Amino acid sequence: MRNALGEVDTVLLLGGRSEIGLAIVERLRPRRVVLAMRGGDEPPVSAGAEAHVPAGTEVHVLEFDAARPETHAGVIEAAAGLVGDLDVIIPAFGVLGSQAVYDADPVAAAEAVAVNYGGHVSAGLAAARRLREQGHGTLVVLSSVAGVRVRRANFVYGSAKAGLDGFAQGLGDALYGSGARVMVVRPGFVIGRMTRGMTPAPMATTPAEVAAAVAAGLASGAEVVWVPGRLRVLFAVMRILPRAIWRRMPR
Amino acid sequence: MTFLTGWGRTAPTPARVIRPRSTGQVAELVGGAGGRGVAARGLGRSYGDAAQNAGGLVLDCTGLTGWTLDETTGTVTAAAGVGLHELLAGLVPRGWFLPVSPGTRHVTVGGAIAADVHGKNHHVDGSFGAHVRSLTLVTADGASRTLGPDDRLFWATVGGMGLTGVITEAVFRCVPIATSRMRVDVERTRDLDHTLETMTATDDRYRYTVAWIDLLARGARTGRSVLTRGDHAAPGELPRGADPLAYAPSARLAAPPWAPNGLLNPVTVRAFNEVWYRKARPRTGLVQRIAPFFHPLDAIDGWNRMYGSHGLVQYQFAVPFGGEGTLRRVVSRLSTDGVVSFLTVLKRFGPGTPGMLSFPLPGWTLALDIPAGWPGLAGLLREFDGWVAESGGRVYLAKDSRMSAASAAAMYPRLPEWRKVRDEVDPDGVFRSDLARRLAL
Repeated sequence: MRNALGEVDTVLLLGGRSEIGLAIVERLRPRRVVLAMRGGDEPPVSAGAEAHVPAGTEVHVLEFDAARPETHAGVIEAAAGLVGDLDVIIPAFGVLGSQAVYDADPVAAAEAVAVNYGGHVSAGLAAARRLREQGHGTLVVLSSVAGVRVRRANFVYGSAKAGLDGFAQGLGDALYGSGARVMVVRPGFVIGRMTRGMTPAPMATTPAEVAAAVAAGLASGAEVVWVPGRLRVLFAVMRILPRAIWRRMPR
Repeated sequence: MTFLTGWGRTAPTPARVIRPRSTGQVAELVGGAGGRGVAARGLGRSYGDAAQNAGGLVLDCTGLTGWTLDETTGTVTAAAGVGLHELLAGLVPRGWFLPVSPGTRHVTVGGAIAADVHGKNHHVDGSFGAHVRSLTLVTADGASRTLGPDDRLFWATVGGMGLTGVITEAVFRCVPIATSRMRVDVERTRDLDHTLETMTATDDRYRYTVAWIDLLARGARTGRSVLTRGDHAAPGELPRGADPLAYAPSARLAAPPWAPNGLLNPVTVRAFNEVWYRKARPRTGLVQRIAPFFHPLDAIDGWNRMYGSHGLVQYQFAVPFGGEGTLRRVVSRLSTDGVVSFLTVLKRFGPGTPGMLSFPLPGWTLALDIPAGWPGLAGLLREFDGWVAESGGRVYLAKDSRMSAASAAAMYPRLPEWRKVRDEVDPDGVFRSDLARRLAL
């Protein structure tokens, strides 16, 4: 159970190797964590790992495939079977991909969207069902500013995030009054494994900063968290920028 | 679904709330509790999540009413939902007083047993459970059992936080009083050592004792306190013409429905503390009524709202005699950090009951009320948990809202024994609460 000071006991991380997801786990310091990840991957619990689970945490590992929505509800129930009530569920799986590749390979684009959006829909709904039954718990949805206004430079990724963001808001409204909550997180460009080799955009952030913002948001009961916070103001402007100008944005 | 919190107004969770009116109805409801289990609730004065059950069923036991007094023996038979305020109103004019009265009279008999509450007379009379002769418990199988102090389940239930079953009735002994007034001595101490010394040397001379610590006093004055000690007054000590057994707690003031966050800040609390300390002029033989002596906070209805939307955390711990170092460490740390505690209360405990999860142990107990939004509070209290556990002490479950399961296990060495009894009587975990989940009880 989440306690009076907002500290959490259990976290389920769907996409157990996610750098941002693990940074959040590291920040929240739950007593028990379930890492749901592709079979065969080593759980990132060693000190040498790029992002890892803090020492002293009870770690469970479950097999999880984001591209197989029919398995998602089972994974969430299995996690609850291992650690009891789930205080925080973080679906942290996704692929960034390149717009050029998607332009050339529409099937690859559809597959990426199936993971980045479809996978989150099945996982999110299954998570919501569990949290609603519990009467408490937060689903942390990792959206992106890329979904707030989709840019031509990565519109396949951006459109999936736009869908996810809308889904998460709707789900949050649907859960209102149940004790369960959805917190939408909208980071800007995150410097990390997923964006290695790319030039950071202005106001770039890091997994640790995202994690700190998520922890603060959980403590305050925020519904939407922007990372960094000033992106909220920037995007209030970006959202109403005339399209003729928006499409000329360099990236 | 109704959202419930404890008195601290933190971490609300929804539950289906039903108000049974009889032991039979309790048994029926327990039988149909559902997968998320059932928790009993009284008047909601536990600070934390002891009487919440996220997604499950909560039985509002205030519907279990009615009580009788055997005037020859002073034995009360009361339904679990009867509030101590109601008992006092009936008992005092007839010359009887509760064996133990906690800091608020707005707790039910069932809650007083489940939390094995203590009062200012613990050093002499022990906790509430020590005075209970029998109790009726509805267990997970729907049976209603009458238990006495010879039963193991009785001592798993006294202090068991409602997790062995639902208490529906209890029989306990009261104490005779000749008047409804208290004869009170007030004394101020210089610092914490002076407080501890004075209490050790003089506590046994009084039935009721308590120290209020000015936590914001620093340096040489760290731990300066106001000691309030008293006994029931004799008729001759009352003002001429006074009705010796009159009992009418004054009409309650109400705290505003909302209070701005940060109302209780270092400036306001320091000012209050200074005034409180100075106002408490050393006096002996002050004659006071029951309500201001035992339940000063009850004078303000909903005083917990003064802490704003974040709510408050009460941190109450006990350390055995010999663990005074931990007490000094905590007080000096709070004092240096300037932590705002509106009420900091120190008591000397006598021997505990055989209750397996009962809180009091022979030693000292300190209770602090801190705004839950205080920056860095989680880490600070986690550190305190470590010190308390190390010195063989414990945090009070009825007040707790933030401890970890590991800390609880370290502090309550009889937890495995309690679990064994609980598992025998409730193998499927029908009785659950947010507290039980959080602390993996």
